[in-house]
Amino acid sequence: MTVQELPGAAAYRPTPPPAWRPRTDPAPLLPDPEPFRVLGTGAELDAALMLKLYGELVRGRRYNAQATALTKQGRLAVYPSSTGQEACEVAAALALEERDWLFPSYRDTLAAVARGLDPVQALTLLRGDWHTGYDPREHRIAPLCTPLATQLPHAVGLAHAARLKGDDVVALALVGDGGTSEGDFHEALNFAAVWQAPVVFLVQNNGFAISVPLAKQTAAPSLAHKAVGYGMPGRLVDGNDAPAVHQVLSEAVARARRGGGPTLIEAVTYRMEAHTNADDATRYRGSAEVDAWREHDPIRILEDELTARGILDEHGIRTAAEAAETMAAALRERMNADPVLDPMDLFAEVYAEQSGQLREQAAQLRAELEAEAR
Amino acid sequence: MTTATAKKPATMAQALQRAMRDAMAEDPSVHVLGEDVGALGGVFRVTDGLAKEFGEDRCTDTPLAEAGILGTAVGMAMYGLRPVVEMQFDAFAYPAFEQLISHVAKMRNRTGGAMPMPIVVRVPYGGGIGGVEHHSDSSEAYYMATPGLKVVTPATVEDAYGLLREAIASDDPVVFLEPKRLYWSKSDWSPEAPVTVEPIGRAVVRRTGHSATLITYGPSVPVCMEAAEAAREEGWDLEVVDLRSLVPFDDETVCASVRRTGRAVVVHESAGFGGPGGEIAARVTERCFHHLEAPVLRVAGFDIPYPPPMLEKHHLPGVDRVLDAVARLQWEAEH
Ligand SMILES: Cc1ncc(C[n+]2csc(CCOP(=O)(O)OP(=O)(O)O)c2C)c(N)n1
Repeated sequence: MTVQELPGAAAYRPTPPPAWRPRTDPAPLLPDPEPFRVLGTGAELDAALMLKLYGELVRGRRYNAQATALTKQGRLAVYPSSTGQEACEVAAALALEERDWLFPSYRDTLAAVARGLDPVQALTLLRGDWHTGYDPREHRIAPLCTPLATQLPHAVGLAHAARLKGDDVVALALVGDGGTSEGDFHEALNFAAVWQAPVVFLVQNNGFAISVPLAKQTAAPSLAHKAVGYGMPGRLVDGNDAPAVHQVLSEAVARARRGGGPTLIEAVTYRMEAHTNADDATRYRGSAEVDAWREHDPIRILEDELTARGILDEHGIRTAAEAAETMAAALRERMNADPVLDPMDLFAEVYAEQSGQLREQAAQLRAELEAEAR
Repeated sequence: MTTATAKKPATMAQALQRAMRDAMAEDPSVHVLGEDVGALGGVFRVTDGLAKEFGEDRCTDTPLAEAGILGTAVGMAMYGLRPVVEMQFDAFAYPAFEQLISHVAKMRNRTGGAMPMPIVVRVPYGGGIGGVEHHSDSSEAYYMATPGLKVVTPATVEDAYGLLREAIASDDPVVFLEPKRLYWSKSDWSPEAPVTVEPIGRAVVRRTGHSATLITYGPSVPVCMEAAEAAREEGWDLEVVDLRSLVPFDDETVCASVRRTGRAVVVHESAGFGGPGGEIAARVTERCFHHLEAPVLRVAGFDIPYPPPMLEKHHLPGVDRVLDAVARLQWEAEH
């Protein structure tokens, strides 16, 4: 029996107050069913921007390879590679102005580096010498965030605070497909929409959360569809098409900056390597799938198109490769030096002012260290 | 020390409201946010009038989501604001634990001091008001177990004002536990008297005595004061120490008192097992063993989920239970 069939059911149905009406027609908020693409469409390309994107992609891929190699040498505790996802990382960083803020997850080292963070500092967390290793306020990059999706409400709060202060600052928050199932994802989107906060949410849908495929994560038609229920636009973009990601992000950032509120963007991409160097991806996916995505490699498709259009030539390709090699050599070299750590730092920044309890414990450690040194 | 000339706040709830009001008036970066804190003034009316006086941008009714409230407060603090967050009831703060433990408490440390979190999380806590389930938890032990948080709870109207001002001024995050059943307790200070209280981290001797020390805080302070009065008839002269701040913990004041009296009972509402009393008794024993005439005893709530309202009087440690414990302190025959 449905509610309507129950005798007297009408009396129990809440009557909307006269002012109530749907806030917006949801249709304009819905993402296009096909991911937005630029490459292969004949769209106009800004040569300078394309070369910048290309250079950053190449550098990013080399960074991923070098960092992974450092884990094998025991120089880095762990590294979640973003190989295959460089277009998302780079476009995210390049879509922001200097005054804007980036809220990365643990996988988004490249976005931080593309935004200008020192490549060694960006690895502090993953190396294990300290947690963050840079001043987030100086770079306007929040600490790389390990608990999934918890950085999203931070982005909303910061963007909201900036707007209250009259600053036209935008916050860009990155999250994985798995992270969209977390409650914080929902709460952040809801707050952002209600407050019309200048935030852009970028989901890098790389197919997997460790081993769990997207189909076991959500039943939604796409992750971008989730935007509609919050009252914000959802956009779907080919995450390997660097100019497309850059365009969609830039539009969303501009929209947020002029007071248009938040946007949820899903970039469809693929994680080419394992979740981290510690994971075995062959347990949950076949090589045919990986090979198919290799055909759609973000660097390759950009390089092909730019070469065909005469924006990029052999010389340009070599220049980018050399710059990447120089960066990798410097990274290797600097990461070979053992970091100098002061054990007394353990007690340094727990509270603004050290409590008596922590002073006692610090004294204990100091005595232990002195005894060891003797 | 916090000093301010305040118009007499009649109740603890009003003193807390006044503290927020004065802090907001002095510092435009202080923002209040939470569920129903705006037009309604909070379900306990502690934020009464703030939205009207300072506008909805300064005192904000948020969507109903505790993790979202605290998570956005983290971002606001990152941008230089000083958010004061209201959690509607103790047991409804739990959805925000992830943000509290992983970010609020750790951000200063994770960023090597670059990003302090000057956030106050106000939590009405404890029982004795006849609340239905999930409205009477004493959650202090969870917060105490988290390095990076200060944990504070007032027992007097003056402290409610002074400690909340201190908490808002603190560059460290403070979990500010408000004893619900003392919200309507009144103070008898003179209306124009300046509010001067000890800073966060100091305990206060509320009543001096030489027979034994009652170590307590928040809602159990009035219980212990009453017990101390009643104990006089038994020939015991009890000292009452109000901790005020559970983290940082004032070992000095507590231990000085216990060394003077030689006997101690820790009194609180929350469950005894794994509760604050165990930690406090251990600290006192470690530091005062040779001064003790008896083991440090605990009077706590039972190790049960908070009971339904009609049974809570059997659960809450009252005067008799405190006196029973005092009687067990291995007295000589003359007592
Ligand atoms: C709250 C939380 N639960 C579990 C984990 C452990 N964990 C780390 S990464 C990960 C998968 C995340 O997948 P996704 O969000 O798709 O991001 P990706 O790693 O693919 O970039 C899990 C489960 C975590 N970091 N945080």
